Amino acid sequence: MTEIKELSSKHILGIKDLNANDLKLIFETAKNFKEVINRPIKKVPSLRDVTIANLFFENSTRTRISFELAEKRLSADVVNFSAGSSSVKKGETLLDTVNNILSMKVDMVVMRHPAPGACAFLAKNIDANIVNAGDGTHEHPTQALLDAYSMMEIIPDLAGKNILIVGDIKHSRVALSNIFCLKKLGANVKVCGPPTLIPKFITSLGVSVEYDIRKALEWADIANVLRIQLERQDIKFIPSLREYAQYFGINKQLLDSLNKDITIMHPGPINRGVEISSDVADSDQSIILQQVENGVAVRMAVLYLLAAKRA
Amino acid sequence: MSRGRTILLDKRFELTLQRLAHQLIENYGDFSNTCIIGVQERGVLLAERLIELLEIELGHRNLEYGKLDITFYRDDFRTRKNPLKASSTEIDFLIEAKRVILIDDVLYTGRTIQSALAALQDFGRPEQVELLCLVDRRFNRHLPIQADYVGITIDALDEAYVKVEWKEQNSKDRILLFPAK
Repeated sequence: MTEIKELSSKHILGIKDLNANDLKLIFETAKNFKEVINRPIKKVPSLRDVTIANLFFENSTRTRISFELAEKRLSADVVNFSAGSSSVKKGETLLDTVNNILSMKVDMVVMRHPAPGACAFLAKNIDANIVNAGDGTHEHPTQALLDAYSMMEIIPDLAGKNILIVGDIKHSRVALSNIFCLKKLGANVKVCGPPTLIPKFITSLGVSVEYDIRKALEWADIANVLRIQLERQDIKFIPSLREYAQYFGINKQLLDSLNKDITIMHPGPINRGVEISSDVADSDQSIILQQVENGVAVRMAVLYLLAAKRA
Repeated sequence: MSRGRTILLDKRFELTLQRLAHQLIENYGDFSNTCIIGVQERGVLLAERLIELLEIELGHRNLEYGKLDITFYRDDFRTRKNPLKASSTEIDFLIEAKRVILIDDVLYTGRTIQSALAALQDFGRPEQVELLCLVDRRFNRHLPIQADYVGITIDALDEAYVKVEWKEQNSKDRILLFPAK
């Protein structure tokens, strides 16, 4: 049995803070956990003495269920909290809410919050491991990790490979975390979408920009398709969803007209008929449901490695 | 690490493995309804060597064999200084109602085997589990766990360290005893 280096940080706030060794360690550990979750009994006792609070100040289906399953399959004790049904409505501050939960002896906090930097703020002020499950338009690290893990199941070494991210890059925390992660793995990253939804600074992250979806797809080995985040858009960035679907929607006809087979990914939730058509989402080229499966394994790896770090 | 003393090597090492294989055949006959589980990582090397010998003796290759990694089941996970690297678990069958031969290289405190027994439960309820180990450090146990088949028994102090080296990895089969780790 060999000892390994531990994670360089006691929190997972963003991919930006992780180094190449951290990524490697997470992916290797996730592979072990993928075997565990495909067993008849999908549970190991590793985190039996750990209590984890899932604090969701913003709506979520997949991420929340995925974290909860990951925690339960590691035998951790879990408490769930959602802003809608809590004292947040009565005017309590974030720090007070979290400190109250921690005084009930909670070891780790998984948090989703609409404000960018909310997790970093917590990490500075409280004594618990924090996992960012999405902070506003900033980062969603575990999504990027599971996306990269899923990509590496198709292409084991992403160095030099062409990965395209299509959609609402401006409002997407998935896009930013994906860019950080893929660049650290040595991939070439291109973003594609309407100019209004591509941030000006984006090329400073070492990615290229393409406004023509056909050209972008012809370049790509894998395309990660994102949703238009209407809930974060306070002004009109695109004339209509219908027009967006016309110019940037990915359908079977478009994919069939390319001279190669590319893999299509989507972090969910899908808006069928807008950014992706049903026949693509349900096709063999799409690995959307594999991403969801890998999400549990990757989150188990992250929680496991953080628990080891805490001791 | 200080220089170790060789306890078992060459011909005697080979004979010990053969004796263990023969003992298994005495008890398990044709190995029907039986599976062999090697504990990662070094128990796997021993298990594979024994399976080679068993297959020659038995004349068939139908032995059911799996590898078990116990990293996620360890009781010292959060008290160790550094986390341990997990190996793969490869058991693609259920052990429900089977006879299991659990194999590890060195039986020391018994904690690895305790974890392995807990891990095995996740693959079904075996009819019976027996433990085979190449080295039994009989005076160093922390738990009431004993082996059913033992290659060699070593009486050593707690701070001593026993290492089994394999041809496949270290060019030579031998067991070494070091006064301290």
